[in-house]
Amino acid sequence: MTDVLAVADHRRGELRDVSYEIITAGRQLADETGGDLHLAVISGTVDEFADKLNREGVDAIHTVSHGEEFNHDVYSQAITQLYDDLAPQFVVTPNSVNGLDYAPAIANELDLPIVTDTVDLETDGETLIATREMYGGKVETTNELEGDAIVTIRGAEWPAAEGTGDAAIEAFDADIDEDAVGSTVTGFEEVGGGDVDISEAELLVSIGRGIEEEENLDLIRDLADALDATLSSSRPIVDNGWLPKNRQVGQSGKVVTPDVYIAIGISGAVQHVAGMKGSDTIVAINTDPNAPIMDIADYAIVDDLFDVVPELIEEFEG
Amino acid sequence: MKILVTVKEVATVEDEFEIEGTEIAQQYLGADLNEWDDYAIEEAVQLQEDGIADEVVTVTIGPEDCEQTIRQALAKGADRAVRVWDDALEDVDLLDVNAKTEILSAVIEEEDPDLVLSGVQAGDDSFAATGVSVAENIGFQWGAVVNHLEHDLDDGIASVRRELEGGVEELTDIELPAVLTIQTGINEPRYASLRGIRQAQQKPMDVKALADIGVDESTIETELELTDMYEPESESDVTTWEGSADETASELGELLRDKGVAQ
Ligand SMILES: Cc1cc2nc3c(=O)[nH]c(=O)nc-3n(C[C@H](O)[C@H](O)[C@H](O)COP(=O)(O)OP(=O)(O)OC[C@H]3O[C@@H](n4cnc5c(N)ncnc54)[C@H](O)[C@@H]3O)c2cc1C
Repeated sequence: MTDVLAVADHRRGELRDVSYEIITAGRQLADETGGDLHLAVISGTVDEFADKLNREGVDAIHTVSHGEEFNHDVYSQAITQLYDDLAPQFVVTPNSVNGLDYAPAIANELDLPIVTDTVDLETDGETLIATREMYGGKVETTNELEGDAIVTIRGAEWPAAEGTGDAAIEAFDADIDEDAVGSTVTGFEEVGGGDVDISEAELLVSIGRGIEEEENLDLIRDLADALDATLSSSRPIVDNGWLPKNRQVGQSGKVVTPDVYIAIGISGAVQHVAGMKGSDTIVAINTDPNAPIMDIADYAIVDDLFDVVPELIEEFEG
Repeated sequence: MKILVTVKEVATVEDEFEIEGTEIAQQYLGADLNEWDDYAIEEAVQLQEDGIADEVVTVTIGPEDCEQTIRQALAKGADRAVRVWDDALEDVDLLDVNAKTEILSAVIEEEDPDLVLSGVQAGDDSFAATGVSVAENIGFQWGAVVNHLEHDLDDGIASVRRELEGGVEELTDIELPAVLTIQTGINEPRYASLRGIRQAQQKPMDVKALADIGVDESTIETELELTDMYEPESESDVTTWEGSADETASELGELLRDKGVAQ
């Protein structure tokens, strides 16, 4: 019988969705090992967070009250101390930007293997079988390891835990060494504001790296004009400086839910899909019939965008 | 100040491919400089141009085949390269994070840089964990997913922005020496000039075996074992319109009119 320790994610006073999903993933592992599910809530308004996280399946919640916001040194120290105290087999954390800022560090400190960005987990109590993607989602792999491990889970892969639990909520007296804290958060800034709000659009024409050159963007602008649609893009287009940040769809950009989302020359990487999978209807125009975007598209045109887009413009310009 | 950049040659896959065992069949694979590392190299070279760094060294774990890719970093302005390879690494399907950490840590300890830049992730296996793991291992500070770095590192502090989810950036001060994992978009990576490409041929590339950097073969035994690879089962019931561009475009046109989003 072995336990699982899962770690919640929060930011600027709000628990992030993955904190509820990690309860489901953790519970599943704990059921398979026949152990308990412990949850760690570190920094911020921990008591309020603990009440919210007390959902079905959680056996114990350990709160560590230290500072307001995420700091990887505080998290690392608190989690390694909880690990020593509880001796769980698996420590499960979100594969979020902050999760990736401490999970590899605790793995190294505790001398444990780490497997990141998992989409499925299974264990018989000895071996862990973790499923994860490679090559931008083109293939899935299974990976096995024995014994204790650090595991990060991809968001939106496990359903959020529901109901009300009867977890024991306890303050954990972590011994945080301030001298070992080598970084300080000085503030936050929201980026990607400005004249357009792509999350308001009914019809989005979204362009990706398939466009190849900045000059070719005019073709997509013409399409957006002809359809009276709003123009958005995947990340590389914004990274290249071809469109402003407020046009970026995805994990680090905007979440959009238009009536119709037309993804043109976009492969459908997980960080992009996170921002548009809630669209009512998804259309993909892509030369690659195996591109991951096809998994979530409702309609597809497997063809060259430079052939299809001019036809589409003509269709609407008459 | 000395900067070390971790550089990886990643495998790229053609649209149509086949899987053999736990690998993609060789004929469908290409090779490229990892996208994220390209931005890390550019940041280091810019720090050098700004007079902040006096030496930029790249470190790579990879076989001889990848030297051409590493030379791209030298052509863009890095001063020299270290490449670690060993017969013992030849048969490993997937080098896990711990193994990479052991190897890179040994090189970093030998080189003793003030700042290490790595990519947020490698485009092929996407673990996104090596930079932070290395930092912890060698007692450096760190920051993951950095999309801005102030080029003013005099007071021993790196002021960075970490790109969080949902268009929020975290402003953080990190004590040096540190490892920063660099996010795409932090700068505009240059193309190598012809002159740069010529010069790169003359720049030193040290090739080291595990024993040369004092890493014992047993410490790189990977604990994570890749046991299967397959094409993900599509859960979708996508309708693929067939026909010429003209036909498929009019199918899409009809859909947009049906949905009432375009006239
Ligand atoms: C921490 C982190 C955060 C990230 N946040 C985001 C985010 O917010 N948003 C985001 O989009 N990405 C994000 N990414 C990047 C993401 O992982 C992908 O790299 C990116 O989404 C790829 O963009 P793409 O699909 O346009 O390019 P690619 O993956 O290169 O795909 C290009 C596609 O175009 C197709 N194509 C090529 N030529 C043609 C043609 N002539 N006609 C038709 N199709 C063609 C190809 O088949 C391919 O499918 C993030 C990554 C990380 C690590």
